[in-house]
Amino acid sequence: MLELRNVQFTAGSANIVQDVSLTIPEGRFVVITGPNGGGKTTLAKLIMGLQQPTGGAIIWNGEDVTNMSITERAQRGISYGFQAPPRFKGIRVSDLLRLAAGKEKNLSIDQCCTYLTKVGLCARDYVNRDVDNSLSGGELKRIEIATILARGNGREHTLMIFDEPEAGIDLWSFAKLTDTFKALHATGTATIIIISHQERIIRLADEIVMVSGGKVSAQGSVEEIFPLILKDTVGVCTMAEKEGL
Amino acid sequence: MIGEVEKKLLKEIANLDDIPAEGAFSLRADGEGVLLRSTKNVQITRKTDKPGINIHVAPGTVFESVHIPVVLTESGLTDVVYNDFYIGEDATVEIVAGCGIHNCGCDTTQHDGIHTFYVGKNANLTYVENHYGDGDGEGKRILNPQTIVYMEEGAKVTMDTSQIRGVDDTKRYTKCIVGKGGDLVITEKLLTHGDQHADSNMEVELNGEGASASITSRSVAQDESYQVFYPRLSGNCACFGHVTCDAIIMDKAKVRAIPELTANHVDAQLIHEAAIGKIAGEQILKLMTLGLTAEKAEQEILDGFLR
Ligand SMILES: Nc1ncnc2c1ncn2[C@@H]1O[C@H](COP(=O)(O)OP(=O)(O)O)[C@@H](O)[C@H]1O
Ligand SMILES: [Mg+2]
Repeated sequence: MLELRNVQFTAGSANIVQDVSLTIPEGRFVVITGPNGGGKTTLAKLIMGLQQPTGGAIIWNGEDVTNMSITERAQRGISYGFQAPPRFKGIRVSDLLRLAAGKEKNLSIDQCCTYLTKVGLCARDYVNRDVDNSLSGGELKRIEIATILARGNGREHTLMIFDEPEAGIDLWSFAKLTDTFKALHATGTATIIIISHQERIIRLADEIVMVSGGKVSAQGSVEEIFPLILKDTVGVCTMAEKEGL
Repeated sequence: MIGEVEKKLLKEIANLDDIPAEGAFSLRADGEGVLLRSTKNVQITRKTDKPGINIHVAPGTVFESVHIPVVLTESGLTDVVYNDFYIGEDATVEIVAGCGIHNCGCDTTQHDGIHTFYVGKNANLTYVENHYGDGDGEGKRILNPQTIVYMEEGAKVTMDTSQIRGVDDTKRYTKCIVGKGGDLVITEKLLTHGDQHADSNMEVELNGEGASASITSRSVAQDESYQVFYPRLSGNCACFGHVTCDAIIMDKAKVRAIPELTANHVDAQLIHEAAIGKIAGEQILKLMTLGLTAEKAEQEILDGFLR
């Protein structure tokens, strides 16, 4: 179970996350949505330890992780797929999968394949590629998601946070990805938070959390929250939002 | 036949566990040629006028691998050696050179390898050179290689050099003359630490129509070390040349990269890119989110960069 207690993050005079309290039981699938700049990524970074909260507490599996390092949180099963993953000169896809899986030796092509197919990539084409500028945005994003899947593999308590996994991804891979999230949820072993604006992902969730202006502005089931999203965005461009254009 | 220290050096520079049972081979240890072995297609002979060897690779040789390691374990030795390589037309050969210095004394140990290659028409040469130093003595480990390459029409040369740790001072000079349709690929890898100095000076002349060259330098400078790269590329005909210098700088190190392009022909197409910077913080953070400590993350990034 993940518990955020009155979590705050201020940078200078800006209150980027204000007093967020949330409880996410083990195995639940939560989608966080809301307007750009609302504080979603910051919230994810606070959970992972990439940012340090200026107030409040973060409890994971009954343990207070608020003051733990990124590494310590990762070792306790928290993982985060970056919204904009960094690129590396010389580090290969197989290296990232090996590190994510916590192994000393390179994974076999079959092992890499189990993660890469789940994001619609063919292992043979990708394992030896460098995670550098030669990858497209969508490829990089899918490799990032595959590493999070590799982190979760075989662990008892995992928290997987995906930050806009749909960004830059084509329709075919996107369909694959939604299937993967569905299957991951069905195993019941992972607590899943996906930051997303995609209706198809939102509709998979047990619970929707709307974050805007650094606060939780609404929270509930898909049936409760989805109409609010539509209402909020009517007059802006509902169709574009719905179609993901 | 060789001792443990020599074996460790051989492993570092040539990935050999021992002297290979067959194939053309030359081992130089502490300033003396200790072993020469030729094959039908690769004749290795000792020079008579000065230290060094001549290597003749017969025209049309299909593929052969030649190892010519040098090891130095005596403190205070300065070894200068002249090796000449004649690669026959259409031959394909891999030459693995390398120098390992184990210095546990307090005097300087130095090896200056002066290598000249004559690469025949349509021949294909891969030249691999690894430099390595260890030993806990105060004495310096110095390596000053000079590599001169003459490439005839259609010749292809792939040169991979690496010097990862342990060498206190290096002045490297490389000169390549590329003929018509020749293709030169140079990859240089370097890691300096402590107060080491490394200087790499390179001149490439693209002289024949359709010649091409691609030069890549990847380096890491740690502690208070200092590196200078000075690759110069001249296009004297319709040709293509590309230079990339990419350096990671750490601690109090200093790196200078001065790529120089000269086009002496309207159809010469030359490009250079140079980047120096510390490891991006984002990269370390990303690997930490995979469960690595900051130190381990940094090591993975450096290992990948220099692979
Ligand atoms: N360290 C920081 N310093 C100052 N401003 C920040 C910092 N981190 C995020 N912000 C700002 O906080 C707001 C929320 O950002 P973010 O969490 O990325 O939003 P979202 O992911 O919901 O689009 C943005 O306006 C962003 O520019
Ligand atoms: Mg965001």
